[in-house]
Amino acid sequence: MTWTWFHRLGSPPYVYRLAGRLMPWFAWSAALVILLGLFDGLVIAPADYQQGDGFRIIYVHVPAAWLSLMIYTWMGVAAGVGLIWRIKVAHAVAAACAPVGASFTAVALATGSLFGKPMWGTYWVWDPRLTSELLLLFLYLGYMGLRSSFDDLQRADRASAVLAVVGIVNVPIVKYSVVWWNSLHQGSSLSLAGKDTIATPMLIPLLVSMLGFTLFFAAVVLVRLQGEVLRRERSATWVREALA
Amino acid sequence: MSRYNLRAENLHLWRGDRHVLKGVSLSANPGEVLQLTGVNGAGKTTLLRALCGLAHPEQGRVLWAGRDVRADLAGFHAVTIYLGHEAPLKPDLTARENLRFWIGLRRPLTATELDSALAETTATTFADRPVRTLSAGQKRRVALAGLLLCRAPLWLLDEPTTNLDTAGQALVSRLVSAHAAAGNLVIAAVHQGLQVEAHRLNRFELAA
Amino acid sequence: MNALRLVLMRDLMLAVRRPEHCVHPLAFFLLVTTLFPLAISPQLSQLRLIAPGVLWVAALLSALLALEFLFRDDAADGTLEQYALSGQSLTWLLLAKTAAHWLLTGLPLALVAPLAGAALGVPVSAFPGITATLGLGSLALSLIGSIGAALTLGVRRGGVLLSILVLPLVVPVLIFGSQATTLAIRGEAVAAPMELLGAIVVLAVTLAPLAAAAAVRISLE
Repeated sequence: MTWTWFHRLGSPPYVYRLAGRLMPWFAWSAALVILLGLFDGLVIAPADYQQGDGFRIIYVHVPAAWLSLMIYTWMGVAAGVGLIWRIKVAHAVAAACAPVGASFTAVALATGSLFGKPMWGTYWVWDPRLTSELLLLFLYLGYMGLRSSFDDLQRADRASAVLAVVGIVNVPIVKYSVVWWNSLHQGSSLSLAGKDTIATPMLIPLLVSMLGFTLFFAAVVLVRLQGEVLRRERSATWVREALA
Repeated sequence: MSRYNLRAENLHLWRGDRHVLKGVSLSANPGEVLQLTGVNGAGKTTLLRALCGLAHPEQGRVLWAGRDVRADLAGFHAVTIYLGHEAPLKPDLTARENLRFWIGLRRPLTATELDSALAETTATTFADRPVRTLSAGQKRRVALAGLLLCRAPLWLLDEPTTNLDTAGQALVSRLVSAHAAAGNLVIAAVHQGLQVEAHRLNRFELAA
Repeated sequence: MNALRLVLMRDLMLAVRRPEHCVHPLAFFLLVTTLFPLAISPQLSQLRLIAPGVLWVAALLSALLALEFLFRDDAADGTLEQYALSGQSLTWLLLAKTAAHWLLTGLPLALVAPLAGAALGVPVSAFPGITATLGLGSLALSLIGSIGAALTLGVRRGGVLLSILVLPLVVPVLIFGSQATTLAIRGEAVAAPMELLGAIVVLAVTLAPLAAAAAVRISLE
């Protein structure tokens, strides 16, 4: 078994160049797939017999909510790798992920509350999904707050990595406790994207749009990763050559 | 009595953009006192912290008895004591209580051992006063008593003579010499006032 | 084992010499619970409904206040450094420290909580239940909070940041704990939420000291 790929991924100049090469592919395919998914979802898919056209917000809400969790997982894994093997690039990945994940969490919260107005008659309900999404946003904010409170980038990387790993353990417990809490107090009957069944003509654009958003996330993180790598290596000679 | 030596190989350490340790290699053998010198900011403290395993060099390694100390850090710490600028003492405890808790973590202490160590560093008279009421030099003497009590073969000392009067500096020199003479190792960052027999003393100059 | 006993003893002795670190959070707890009748209504029937929430939120805030001091002095005077270099497992030493912290802040809080409860119209029969739920819950708070306290070492004005880090992590403790207290006040069986709280404590005992030790080492680098 050879570990060269692993070592190469730990090399900042290699990752910088790789990210630069991959980024356009992700960006263009993301644009294409998102347009396709949204057109299908917003124009072609039939209106919901119960919720009318309002349900169409799920084509933004669900991908954003799914990414908010996926990015947090990514961040935690990258941070853990950086912590254990002391790999700078892994910390750069975690640092690049955080604001993107927080933004998607905010989008999921905003679209969720917009959906709530026509459905529940109020902008905010303590629905378990929305509540755990809100707590996830706080986790992201804590992570970014900790990261920004150190002057030394290396310490910021390592301390926030510990928090990210702790958060990964915590997220399922928070999720479970919120569901448990909600079941005690009789949650809302109409949950956002919480129905067990969804008709195929509505499902396909949803999946397409989730893929598109994921590609978009990859493109954004690659750009941010380049920046984070440069920040960590600003005194290295390869940076001067790369930017010359 | 230690049969082991400490070696550092090509240590590189960055603090942010600052390249603090630029490929430091050194070695210290039993019976030897290694004096670290260098201008302020040359990285003496960082080097000591890298040697004891607190700071993590990006490159290079520290070897104790030929083995990387990272392989068994707890085992290495059991034979090492690091004394920083400040004596690790609680202001609200007496000197004696401080030593009991601090050195007691490493090995069981008896009251007689404590008394004789305090006597050796002439700290007996203030041993039962809260450390908050002691002068900086008196705290130093309490810390030196801790050094004697811990029975670690390897001493890593950061400015052990600061805040001490002439008699105190002589005391440090005497303790360090005796420790080395017993076949142990001392690595100390000291500017002045360390009087050790010439055949025991090695100097290591850190370039800024 | 001896080392753990020493760490515990030392922190207890320090608390005896300097009791304010333990007394202040306790006073804060009682003060906050007094604010609610003043802000809402003096009617006990109304206060009884919100009593579990008030007790738990006040306990949480007071725990955060106390957590700021968990490692701060030891970091400043080099004690943590000597712990890390003692050749003993830092994880175990920090567990002993956290245990001492709970004995000095969490346990007293659980013991005076019935007093605050009585002022909120809680019946005497619920006093043991309140102490038990807050006792177990505050243990979880101390353990999880120790991670935040270790992470914010060396951060300027770390207190606010500590709250931001720790609060989202302890939401499950708040949910299960306040539910258990609610049941205790109603005189119903508290087993279900108490077991969940116990599960969190078990998980926190195993994992939190590891994370706290990693964070302390990072702060010493």
